[in-house]
Amino acid sequence: MLKLPIYLDNNATTPLDPRVLEAMMPYLTEVFGNAASRNHPFGWAAEEAVDYAREQISGLINCDPKEIIFTSGATESDNLGIKGVFEMYSQKGNHIITATTEHKAVLDTCKHIEKLGGRVTYLPVNAEGLISLEELEAAMTPETILVTIMYGNNETGTIQPIREIAAIAHKHGALFMTDGTQAVGKIPVDVIADGIDLMAFTAHKMYGPKGVGALYVRRKNPRVKVTAQMDGGGHERGMRSGTLNVPGIVGLGKACELAKLEMAADTARLSAMRDRLEKELLTLEESYVNGSVEHRLPHVANISFKYVEGEGLMMGVKDLAVSSGSACTSASLEPSYVLKALGLSDDLAHSSLRFGLSRFTTDEQIDYAINHVKEAVTKLREMSPLWEMFKEGIDLNSIEWAEH
Amino acid sequence: MAYSDKVIDHYSNPRNVGTLDKSKKNVGTGLVGAPECGDVMRLQIEVDETTNTITDAKFKTFGCGSAIASSSLATEWLKGKTVDEALAIDNMEIVEELALPPVKIHCSVLAEDAIKSAINDYRVKNGLPELEMAKSHH
Repeated sequence: MLKLPIYLDNNATTPLDPRVLEAMMPYLTEVFGNAASRNHPFGWAAEEAVDYAREQISGLINCDPKEIIFTSGATESDNLGIKGVFEMYSQKGNHIITATTEHKAVLDTCKHIEKLGGRVTYLPVNAEGLISLEELEAAMTPETILVTIMYGNNETGTIQPIREIAAIAHKHGALFMTDGTQAVGKIPVDVIADGIDLMAFTAHKMYGPKGVGALYVRRKNPRVKVTAQMDGGGHERGMRSGTLNVPGIVGLGKACELAKLEMAADTARLSAMRDRLEKELLTLEESYVNGSVEHRLPHVANISFKYVEGEGLMMGVKDLAVSSGSACTSASLEPSYVLKALGLSDDLAHSSLRFGLSRFTTDEQIDYAINHVKEAVTKLREMSPLWEMFKEGIDLNSIEWAEH
Repeated sequence: MAYSDKVIDHYSNPRNVGTLDKSKKNVGTGLVGAPECGDVMRLQIEVDETTNTITDAKFKTFGCGSAIASSSLATEWLKGKTVDEALAIDNMEIVEELALPPVKIHCSVLAEDAIKSAINDYRVKNGLPELEMAKSHH
């Protein structure tokens, strides 16, 4: 029996894998020590668990266990990486390069850097959501200390050419950071092969708990340091103070271990399901995939259904938990800035749905989702004056709309 | 955001979806909003010229659930009203009836604009002077 609603918003967060919860349970109960307590077995047990988690995590991204700085999540990791580098390398320069399709945790941190007197270049993206390597190269200056470009996009799943970007940053003496939130645990991420100096990621996008994440900070070739953004006990090699969230860290570790073990099988299964969902929904007239089809995370599909408004569509697909690029909740009715950066017109950005599949998504759920979306789009189009005009061959751009 | 039961009812069972023959002299058409704003409403009225009464009303809307419900409700209210009574419909009555939250008030404003725009189209077609839009919320 299919349970409704069906959760297909796994780019927002994933459910906790029961195996992760099982690993965490002892640390939420009897093993409660502070990992920084060096004088008794309670502290030792906690520290041992944290060290084991560091190994599980480093095994997934191919780094040294000491290079993992635990944080509260990807937002904090993005803040620590960018602000920490800006402060630590202020003698060298004050220029940072990023892209317009980054997560707000990066964009708003960069805005903050600008207020502090830093200079930030926001690279545009092409219709697939990819930055241009030529434009990156041209934007590099002797003052550029950091290039920060996300690995895989949260809205479209588009994967940037990370190795090429890292090579350009390094050629000009800058560090390369990536927001790996959506990619780590989903596709192979290898900080050495990829040339990553800093990387933000989080547990709750890969079946781990909320409230725990990490910043990878390279220790050699080159040795990277970030200025702490919180003062306190000097935990995490002085880069992030605060008592370690031991159960959360154990959960992140276990999630990484499972991700490494099951990545190949998950990827094959999820991309097949995603492709089926997409192929079926594209049989609807005037529907379009947003982002790159070639360079894309395996579990994401972002589709615009022209002449239907996203929020109205979300109400029509009430049996599905999905996201829309339409934010009709404010007077400004701002559509997704990520989709607009891809060059989508506002109306097409308003007409989009994002599907994020997970390890727990079933074929039965996808079958249901396909029919449910098809029905809702068809019903709403019958109700849409734009669809009627399109069918009559009227060019919508020829109409003088009363903008409000 | 949670929608009110009335919004859900109008969204699930919209009243008077459709198209009237806009070439007819006694049919007035209002098309308001813009695709890039995420809301377009088309509201049409058919008027009995002898009694000045609205005998039929139809809508089509591209927009969120509240926009669809506002226009659906508007067509329900329009039928049987005289043109003058229809002109008196205020967007806040729609807000109250559908229990729209503050962020969705613009949907009711659009519905009021659509009513007035349809009436104006009817007036112009029948040689009457165009009315000033009473409100400008935008």
